[in-house]
Amino acid sequence: MTRVTVEVPGPLVLVEDLGRPGHAHLGVAGSGALDRSALALANRLVGNPDGAAGLEILMGGFRARFDEETWIAITGAWGRVVVDGRPVAPYAAARVTAGAVLEIGPAERGARYVLAVRGGIDEPMELGSRSRDTLAAFGPAPVAAGRVLEIGPVPAASVPLLDREAAFPPPAGAVTLALLPGPRADWFTDAAHTALFDAAWRFSEQADRVGARLLGPALERRVPGELASEATVPGSIQVAGDGRPTILLADRPVTGGYPVIAIVAPASLDAVAQLRPGQEVRFRHAHPA
Amino acid sequence: MSRRLLPSGDAALLVECDTLDEVLALHDALAADAPAGLVELVPAARTILVAVDPERLPLESAATWVRRIPAEAAARRAGHVADEVTVDVVYDGDDLRGAAGHLGVSPEALAARHQAAEWRVAFIGFAPGFGYLVSDDWPFEVPRLDAPRSRVPAGAVALAGAFAGVYPRQSPGGWRLIGRTDAVLWDPAADSPTLFVPGRRVRFRAVDRP
Repeated sequence: MTRVTVEVPGPLVLVEDLGRPGHAHLGVAGSGALDRSALALANRLVGNPDGAAGLEILMGGFRARFDEETWIAITGAWGRVVVDGRPVAPYAAARVTAGAVLEIGPAERGARYVLAVRGGIDEPMELGSRSRDTLAAFGPAPVAAGRVLEIGPVPAASVPLLDREAAFPPPAGAVTLALLPGPRADWFTDAAHTALFDAAWRFSEQADRVGARLLGPALERRVPGELASEATVPGSIQVAGDGRPTILLADRPVTGGYPVIAIVAPASLDAVAQLRPGQEVRFRHAHPA
Repeated sequence: MSRRLLPSGDAALLVECDTLDEVLALHDALAADAPAGLVELVPAARTILVAVDPERLPLESAATWVRRIPAEAAARRAGHVADEVTVDVVYDGDDLRGAAGHLGVSPEALAARHQAAEWRVAFIGFAPGFGYLVSDDWPFEVPRLDAPRSRVPAGAVALAGAFAGVYPRQSPGGWRLIGRTDAVLWDPAADSPTLFVPGRRVRFRAVDRP
């Protein structure tokens, strides 16, 4: 059984797969990798099924040692990655030898690296998933220094021989996200809707796997009063009493009591995982399906 | 019965009712007639989120299903008999006396009414497995604490508004505590991770020790 010893985890390292949909009625969010396409890509690069568990590594500063030869791939955030001192290309499968040391430097673009290891991280499943839910506090514990992670059996699929595909780092400048209408769009004034789409929003420091607060104009309500808590989907933009919007993410509370003005379209949601504090965010209308 | 369909992304819609009773009836009717491709139903106080796998159940089809389903008195419909669980309670909560006093009954009478009522899990909120329980047999409304406790132990049996509940894990909380149980409300490693599931019936039974 291959093992990975995480020697230096950096600010936050979590085991995540594609989550546990279908349990919201029990109060359990879907959770799972925040950048789902990055996890699926990293897995494909090493021949894993898309939903194998990997590591979600916030901002880098990570070091790990492999006890056996295997294949790895790193996607998502973009920065200096080396194995035994030799640079590793982003978004590509890399072979590591027994005893090799992987170092992932500070993210220069994006916020979350995803590391896939051939065979997947083999932590115990809870509710059908190996994902850490940071709000409900279950699933594999955050990875601390010295943690030894077991790697699952080698999958049937071989490591695909791909020509180097064009790989683009997460953008450093303004990011435009597509929005679908929210259930409580009519609770907001026309001016609020105009502001939502016209303003240059800033991604705030108050951003984690539960939700991400945006800095910008206050969004004014047309309907006053309280909303009875109701279930939300990932990407829902709820607006608190002070008019400030928050994008609810994978580990959000299953129900929320603030009205949802709009919903970040699924195709744009992975980009939210890679936003950094201070980065500019703009919204556009999603094209109808 | 009114039901409004509100957009909630490209794989869900939010159905809004006027009352919790309508939510409960509609939830039972939908749950008893779930089409292939329905991912889940998430009831709340006035709404039900209907989440689908759009490749198997297009959102338009789900909307038609929700609009057309009959839900008058559906809660008691034959063929959908909800299961029941019994929760053993020691009625010694810190707020039992105060809550009873607020309602103008004795602590013993409040505990007796809590046991006599047939409760139903209306929805889960606040935390995994935290069921909001309602009962037609429960006439009381209890205000929340003005200042929530920073630490409520797991298994605390509590009241707030017209709801009864049990804290699945230690957490902060503003409900009034009337007792405690050692029933396991939340176990993510179990096949059925929560004791309380929307629609399930619940009885409370007094015991001398948990």
